[in-house]
Amino acid sequence: MTASTLDTMTQATTPTASPEQRTAAFYELEPHHHPEGASTMLGFWIYLMSDCLIFAMLFAAYGVLGGNFAAGPGPHDLFELPLVAVNTAMLLFSSITYGFAMLAMAKDNKGGTIGWLLVTAVFGACFLGIELYEFSNLIHEGATPMRSGFLTAFFSLVGTHGLHVTFGLIWLFTLVIQISKKGLIQSNKRRLMCLSLFWHFLDVIWIGVFTFVYLMGML
Amino acid sequence: MAIEAVDHSHWSPLLGRLWWDAIPPDPIVWVTFAAVMMGGLALVAGLTYFKVWGYLWKEWFTSVDHKKIGIMYMILGIVMFVRGFADAIMMRLQQAIAFNGSEGYLPAHHFDQVFTAHGVIMIFFAAMPFVTGFMNYVVPLQIGARDVSFPFLNNFSFWMTTSGAVLIMASLFIGEFGQTGWLAYPPLSGIAYSPYVGVDYWIWSLQIAGVGTLLSGVNLICTIVKMRAPGMNMMKMPIFTWTALCTNILIVAAFPVLTAVLCMLSLDRYLGFDFFTNDFGGSAMMYVNLIWIWGHPEVYILILPCFGIYSEITSTFCGKRLFGYTSMVYATMVITILSYIVWLHHFFTMGSGASVNSFFGITTMVISIPTGAKLFNWLFTMYRARIRFELPMMWTVAFMVTFTIGGMTGVLLAVPPADFVLHNSLFLIAHFHNVIIGGVVFAVFAGINFWWPKAFGFKLHRGFGLVSFWCWVVGFYFAFMPLYVLGLMGVTRRTRVFHDPSLQIWFVIAAIGAAIIAVGIAAFIAQIAFSIWKRKELACGGDPWDARSLEWSTTSPPPHYNFAFTPVVHDIDAWTDMKRCEVEAPKSGFLPIHMPKNTGAGIILGGIATVFGFAMIWHIWWLSAITFLGMIGYAIFHTFNYDRDYHIPADEVAATEAAAHGQPLPAGA
Amino acid sequence: MRSPESQQMPRRPAAPPRAPVTRIAAAVALTSALSACNTVVLKPAGDVAQQQGDMVVIATVLMLLIIVPVIAATLFFAWHYRASNKQAKYEPDWDHSTQLELLIWAAPLLIIICLGALTWVGTHLLDPYRTIGRIDAKTPITAADKPLEVEAIALDWKWLFIYPEQGIATVNELVVPENRPLHFRITASSVMNSFYIPELAGQIYAMPGMETRLNAVFNKTSAETGHDFDGFSANYSGAGFSGMHFAVRSVKADEFSGWVSGVKAGGAKSAGALDTKTYLALEKPSENVAAMQYASVEPKLYSRIVDMCVEPGKMCMSEMMAIDARGGLGKAGIRNVQMLTYDKHGREAAKEGTENPDQAVRKELAWVRALCKQDPGAVRDSTVHAPADKSSLTGFGLKAPQSLSRAEDDIQSTPAHPSKISRN
Repeated sequence: MTASTLDTMTQATTPTASPEQRTAAFYELEPHHHPEGASTMLGFWIYLMSDCLIFAMLFAAYGVLGGNFAAGPGPHDLFELPLVAVNTAMLLFSSITYGFAMLAMAKDNKGGTIGWLLVTAVFGACFLGIELYEFSNLIHEGATPMRSGFLTAFFSLVGTHGLHVTFGLIWLFTLVIQISKKGLIQSNKRRLMCLSLFWHFLDVIWIGVFTFVYLMGML
Repeated sequence: MAIEAVDHSHWSPLLGRLWWDAIPPDPIVWVTFAAVMMGGLALVAGLTYFKVWGYLWKEWFTSVDHKKIGIMYMILGIVMFVRGFADAIMMRLQQAIAFNGSEGYLPAHHFDQVFTAHGVIMIFFAAMPFVTGFMNYVVPLQIGARDVSFPFLNNFSFWMTTSGAVLIMASLFIGEFGQTGWLAYPPLSGIAYSPYVGVDYWIWSLQIAGVGTLLSGVNLICTIVKMRAPGMNMMKMPIFTWTALCTNILIVAAFPVLTAVLCMLSLDRYLGFDFFTNDFGGSAMMYVNLIWIWGHPEVYILILPCFGIYSEITSTFCGKRLFGYTSMVYATMVITILSYIVWLHHFFTMGSGASVNSFFGITTMVISIPTGAKLFNWLFTMYRARIRFELPMMWTVAFMVTFTIGGMTGVLLAVPPADFVLHNSLFLIAHFHNVIIGGVVFAVFAGINFWWPKAFGFKLHRGFGLVSFWCWVVGFYFAFMPLYVLGLMGVTRRTRVFHDPSLQIWFVIAAIGAAIIAVGIAAFIAQIAFSIWKRKELACGGDPWDARSLEWSTTSPPPHYNFAFTPVVHDIDAWTDMKRCEVEAPKSGFLPIHMPKNTGAGIILGGIATVFGFAMIWHIWWLSAITFLGMIGYAIFHTFNYDRDYHIPADEVAATEAAAHGQPLPAGA
Repeated sequence: MRSPESQQMPRRPAAPPRAPVTRIAAAVALTSALSACNTVVLKPAGDVAQQQGDMVVIATVLMLLIIVPVIAATLFFAWHYRASNKQAKYEPDWDHSTQLELLIWAAPLLIIICLGALTWVGTHLLDPYRTIGRIDAKTPITAADKPLEVEAIALDWKWLFIYPEQGIATVNELVVPENRPLHFRITASSVMNSFYIPELAGQIYAMPGMETRLNAVFNKTSAETGHDFDGFSANYSGAGFSGMHFAVRSVKADEFSGWVSGVKAGGAKSAGALDTKTYLALEKPSENVAAMQYASVEPKLYSRIVDMCVEPGKMCMSEMMAIDARGGLGKAGIRNVQMLTYDKHGREAAKEGTENPDQAVRKELAWVRALCKQDPGAVRDSTVHAPADKSSLTGFGLKAPQSLSRAEDDIQSTPAHPSKISRN
């Protein structure tokens, strides 16, 4: 708001102002543009925070049930830390490559963006693959989520994260198609930003999972 | 089990658990079903005969206009409110006659569904749509915006809520509803003790509606934060907008908890997980804690916007600035924050230590301080005022008296030793009806009477309104004061048959009260019908109440784009300020207005979600898979549509404005 | 203002009991309106319930101090400042007054401070886990007042009471001596219930696999009041919930021992001995069950109910939790599911599995028997003892009442096995 409009207002709210001045002080007569999608980043951020609460609940459930092995196996018997470390590395690398995709986007480099997105997808898929391998091993051994409160909470927490990564991948491929069709237009850039937030958010959650479930379970 | 005579173990790949035994074995339900079917068929036939399907689809179902969505929320709320009230009447009748060896007319299987459905419907599908409807309709208008931040999401949210409502209505005729009480505590709600579809209906209707509520919360926060008219800083926002902001913050911070808890219960029931089971190291106490971590903020989600409604109405009809705006805002924020640290007061009797119980008891009492401050603020707004007793103001005064009593009994229940003798009793029932009816329902009627002229351009008829008002207020006291007495006599909620004949008189009085309320509801519906019929006589201008906030500065009903020119705000009571400065709305120089396009995606996704929920409830796995993939596929398909908005041309705006103000078209528009 | 606690609990015998002014005033205000009906919550037959009922009255009176003026002012303002009254002052722009705002925040705050203090003290003194410190307002407890132990179990849909010291049990009938402390251990077999005898004391949840406690006393016999007291579940628990009532009879001490010998001898209501088999049959859902008496009870039955190992071949919860505390059984224990199954796959199905075991289950059962003794562990004693000296409760320098309990009691009985109890 410029100083002159402020002046108009102060005058307009005094009785001496003319009807035109008053109208001008109380209505926006000039065209103004809300930048398109101005609320999107805020909205998506709020959504992420609410998603974060779902994870908070799952962490809480793990905190409550994590020691209830029901005379079955505990973390020491089940987890393979090296495998999880590799898995963590996959997800962290995918975040870095997503960062490169965003840098390419900032330079309006369509090919680079798509390329880095696909690299990200490869890392994400590796992460999911390793996780599924871990899950199928556990279930094969009989350590199913039905076996104990601990396994229930473990599978739910890690599985929910895995589902998020899966949806992230679906979204990522959708965006690749949309960018290749429409190019790096404003709304696609906005979508890339949202997915970026989402992807890094999943990273942060995974750090929590890795620390609280795997590391603290094993140490 | 004596009662579970029917064996529901049938399952087929094609229809899942759906089989002939899904027809409820109850003549009362058959009669209701016949009546609903005939009414429904008549409605469909009528709509088809008058060829309004196309109009409804184009102008309403696919509309992204926050005003139309708000009105649809209100209609949903009213329909579900009537259903929930029917449940209430059935309970009152059963409890009034089940004495002296009589079993009453409802068997346990039916009665237990009725009280479960009553609670769920009233909270999730009546009260929630009402407050969401008000926020949707009023907030953008109050902050001088043309729509919400995400108009499509708004439409989608509505249809998800409706989808949940459709599922809960379906449970009446296909299968059964939960018999667990409205919060479905495990282990009772676990698969071992509730093996049939009842709890699944509960889970999926809440889960699907919850998605809608959450997204609507995100949407309205963004709208309030990002789309306020120039000059309207946070401390110049109308108080209703403030309460809406806090409510939506609560929604966003509370509903994920519900989502998570429902997911956990689903995993227990569908896949045999061990979150809340007795065996394998599950913990049912965790469920009770988690559900109330959502549940307590939920009651503030309901009441805060109602406080906002009362604030707007009080200052309008007192013809006076709201007393203590700042303390009102802070009170709202304090309530928002405190509502997260009181949840344990819902189960003092679980055996937490005395220190834990006292902590939660005292935090609960502390909430009564900001709430009390709010009450005083309304009181002092009435001080040295010129109170016009139009219908909204009458509801507000009734609220102030009633809610004060309910608040008092609430603080009483927050004292753990008192709660030990009153918990789960009818005293508790009386208390929360005292605050929810006195607080939320009265606000809904106050709000409808207040904003109806804005939405439709004519007032609601005063005579019918008075009948409705007095029946409600008198009926309320008849229906619920006896429950306080019964609570002090040690009578427990959810009891179907009574042994002590001396209780009967109180239940009979309560039933009479419910009947008086029924007259009040009938009068309300008559009020609407009569007012629509006499709309010419009741017609009014843009500002029929001499009100104070921006929604009254535009025409009634507001044009599609709300404001031809965005207003600039200098004061909390922006419209009063404009009236005092005798500001004239600009009559020329109109500009094209950028608006979102309607889309059918919301109703289609909502429809698929309904089928998905139904398939999950009945274990029809193939259909669940298809509809789930269908939802994702359709959502992705929807994102390929980049062409989502358009401009209303300037001359169309000019024509609309001229028509609304009854002026000839200005030259050179 | 004086803390109302001091009226309820005369601290020193030297101090003459002063007239409970607030209580009388409140009693007049509230009970006169309700005198027609039996408001048991306010006029119960037990001291604990009486104190809780008093709490209801005191809190109500405290709040009425602010509620009544508010309602009166609302109605007065609404009438006085009506639009038609042109005499009334009209100040449309008056919207702030620092003094008033201070008042409207401070007045409720003061009430809440009083109520909060009352709550803190009352909650600790009336904690159901705390042994009672007095028989009634005039009689403090002595070393001779050994509490009567009763084990209450909520079944679908009736109550089972075991008297461990007497070795008898009843269904839907509770007979206890008056003026003797009662100590209930409470659990449930399947779903959550709430154990509530309004005449005796406030309720507490009964939850499967967990134990809650209740300490209370009756000050009147049922004969004195002219009717049996009513006990019931106060938490909805399924289809037969409405019939989950039981008659409570408070009797003179000698009458009680007479009743016990009557049950042992077997009478009209006798159902024989309560052993594992009888219990498992009794546990099945049934409604509106008439009172029954068992002349003898299998030892440790209650502990096995809490530990969910009444059925042969089940691992006791306390054993399971002890194993878990050591880190579980590793992959070796991964398949032992049958021994833990309690309600997961429907109780009938699980039972069938135990009765007609296939090869795998038989192997597992043998393993269970080798692994654990099926010996229910002692539930950790979570009793909070009544304060020996209440002086610091009512004066300033308020301490948490736990810190006042006799020190030697707090150290007692280290649990043999950690067990799941609902003390969180």
